Amino acid sequence: MPWVTRGLREGIVTTRYPRRSDGYGASFEGHVVCASGATGDEVEAAAAACPTGAIALEAAGARLDRGSCILCGRCCDIAPRSFHFEPGFETAALRRRALVVPAGEGDDKTITEAREQLRERVKGLRRSVHLRHVDAGSDGSEEWEIAALTGPIYDIHRLGVFFSASPRHADVLLVTGAGTAGMQASLRLTYEAMPSPKVVIAVGTDAVSGGLVGGTYASGQGVAGTVPVDVFVPGSPPSPFGILHGILLAVGLVGEAPGGAVSGPSRDQAEEREGMAS
Amino acid sequence: MLDWHDPRAFVRTVAKKSGEGARFCGLFASPVAEGTRLVAVLSHAGPFMAEATLVPEGAEGFPALTPTVPAAAWYEREIKDLFGLEPFGHPRTDPLVLPLLPGAVPPRPGSGAQLPPAEIDTSPLPAHVQGEGVFTLSYGPVRSSVFESVEYLVETPGERIPHLRARVFYKHRGMESRFCGLSLADGALLAERYEGVASVAHAIAYCSALESIAGAEVPPAAGLVRVLHAELERVANHLDSVLRHAEGAGQAVAAARFANHKERLQRLRADLSGSRFGRGVVVPGGVSGAPNAAGLPVHAVMSSLDRLEERIREDLNLLTATPSFVDRLRGTGVLPAELARARAAVGPVGRGSGQVEDVRSSRPYGAYESLGRLEVEDRVTGDALARQYVRADEIPDAFHLCRQALDGLEALGPSPVVGWSVEIGPVTGEALGWAEAPQGELLYLVSAKDGRLVRVKPRSASFHNLALFMAAFPKDILTDFAFIEASFGLSMAGVAG
Ligand code: SF4
Repeated sequence: MPWVTRGLREGIVTTRYPRRSDGYGASFEGHVVCASGATGDEVEAAAAACPTGAIALEAAGARLDRGSCILCGRCCDIAPRSFHFEPGFETAALRRRALVVPAGEGDDKTITEAREQLRERVKGLRRSVHLRHVDAGSDGSEEWEIAALTGPIYDIHRLGVFFSASPRHADVLLVTGAGTAGMQASLRLTYEAMPSPKVVIAVGTDAVSGGLVGGTYASGQGVAGTVPVDVFVPGSPPSPFGILHGILLAVGLVGEAPGGAVSGPSRDQAEEREGMAS
Repeated sequence: MLDWHDPRAFVRTVAKKSGEGARFCGLFASPVAEGTRLVAVLSHAGPFMAEATLVPEGAEGFPALTPTVPAAAWYEREIKDLFGLEPFGHPRTDPLVLPLLPGAVPPRPGSGAQLPPAEIDTSPLPAHVQGEGVFTLSYGPVRSSVFESVEYLVETPGERIPHLRARVFYKHRGMESRFCGLSLADGALLAERYEGVASVAHAIAYCSALESIAGAEVPPAAGLVRVLHAELERVANHLDSVLRHAEGAGQAVAAARFANHKERLQRLRADLSGSRFGRGVVVPGGVSGAPNAAGLPVHAVMSSLDRLEERIREDLNLLTATPSFVDRLRGTGVLPAELARARAAVGPVGRGSGQVEDVRSSRPYGAYESLGRLEVEDRVTGDALARQYVRADEIPDAFHLCRQALDGLEALGPSPVVGWSVEIGPVTGEALGWAEAPQGELLYLVSAKDGRLVRVKPRSASFHNLALFMAAFPKDILTDFAFIEASFGLSMAGVAG
């Protein structure tokens, strides 16, 4: 059987993330940064040109909502001194508000609270984690990126994370799409069928806010109105690494580190976990 | 460009032309001042033919094409859902994309009306086939794996052949109404999200409609960049289909290897464009810039392509020589050639059943014109294996086109004098754009006024072909489902709209 030997031919392809940072992941331009105190004609023009209205002009300067941003790059072209792409994929957040940058006053405190509450809830999930996916009106690309996680490069099984065919055995619900009228009931039923504790991850800008497609008679404006979302993963679509970060954040294995590397005790936990699963 | 007829003559004309061998490509409805305009697009040698009729304001419906032109069946159901017009004489008019509750106002995309959230009926369907010993199995809308939402109902009436039905409305996003009023540039971003796994093809078809309204010529370098990204997108989709087949056949090593190839390809696409799906590349009038977001020199891209192609070729050769895999696909999910012709199947699904058309060679657009004609090969057995061979043949062709595009770009130099795009002003007019998406022929009927979109009607190959998916299950409906679905390679986002 030639396939048997073939599997070994390319050596190790699997990423070491989250134990080590990943070169490809770290170089992927996964989010747009908004300079603090950004004002002026250019910034106003950028806000007006944004296809999703993700840029708000506030007295203290513009703020960009990554939960609405579809990464089209227009603001970066119009006002390069105030907006630019930055590499990194750890863009998931535990609070919708945390996706709005630069951070506002009091945001840090609510994020710390959210993290603690979630950590308390997911205590029981230490051994293995089962995921269920529901498409609530995606454009189809998010499914590719989620499915990539089971492939050899991301191989989430090494972290003790598995997909489950039934909601009854699932701990984590990954929801894609803006939440169409047609999927409301099915999404709700799937959520209800999952045992507690359960965690919901909104995967992609559409699931977070409706993105560019939201707001029609049928498309919805994000899934948070239908199921309680714990983790928000922006991106149109988010990269597999971005989704993986969201999953690990949900189960308390990594922290939020917008634009930076994962640090602190969570990395040791991930290491422990990888040892456990293999 | 339109040939107008009264509704009855319209049916006669379309039926006559399709009886004479013209291919029925779709039926497009648009609100107009006097009511609703229906346009049937037909293909034969030469330009597309567009036959039109008016359903006057106040009329409840129109005489259906479906009894004489069966390929129109889903289009007429869609028009009933979105425009509230009854196709008289249609054999089946249950809702397809939008099951509005009785009395609800249909959205009529293009009318510019602001609509409240739709109230729809998602209750289970009563069994279609009545009688003793009939049972119905339903798959979906939430699938057992990471798939897009759709519901398949399998009805097994006793001894008879099981019957498959699809309900696709779950993911309907009202995309056609979302286009209304957008700027031309924003329209391209939305087109990329209509069927996200075929973003490049959608942007090309949409932009080429605008370019023909404007009478604009895309700069040669931009045309080559479009080909490069469109072909990489084709390979990615075909690899996805192979990967799903391998998974379904329990070929774990093959599945892992194809997943690996697909991921490497997605990364290459991101290196070239900044997006793993080539988003933001195609803009009205050209492309957003040079294909080197990561600053890669052309020879480096070439060698990545060569390496990737080599690995894919080795694995495809091995897979098609693995008897347990091939046997699983042979004779599975047969779409008979006569049916494929009668229902005007497109893309690899059509080409697996003797329908040879590929708009890259039959109606070359953009740089395909100068890159030389493709040798489009069809297969006639119509089974999952035939569709798989069609894709396996298209992969090296796609790589070849990528290399040609890169050679062409190198010859033009790093920053071509004519730039990467031409300006598309505040145009007014209507035109049809097309592209060969990985799933097959993709059409966009675009109408704009003073640089704003009035009506955009995409017609994906997924929509056109899903109607045929139902016909490819003469036996073994339950065991072979995963293969047949993978072999069709359709996207539900593109079906539901
Ligand atoms: S990159 Fe994001 S914030 Fe900037 S214009 Fe595009 S969608 Fe708006």
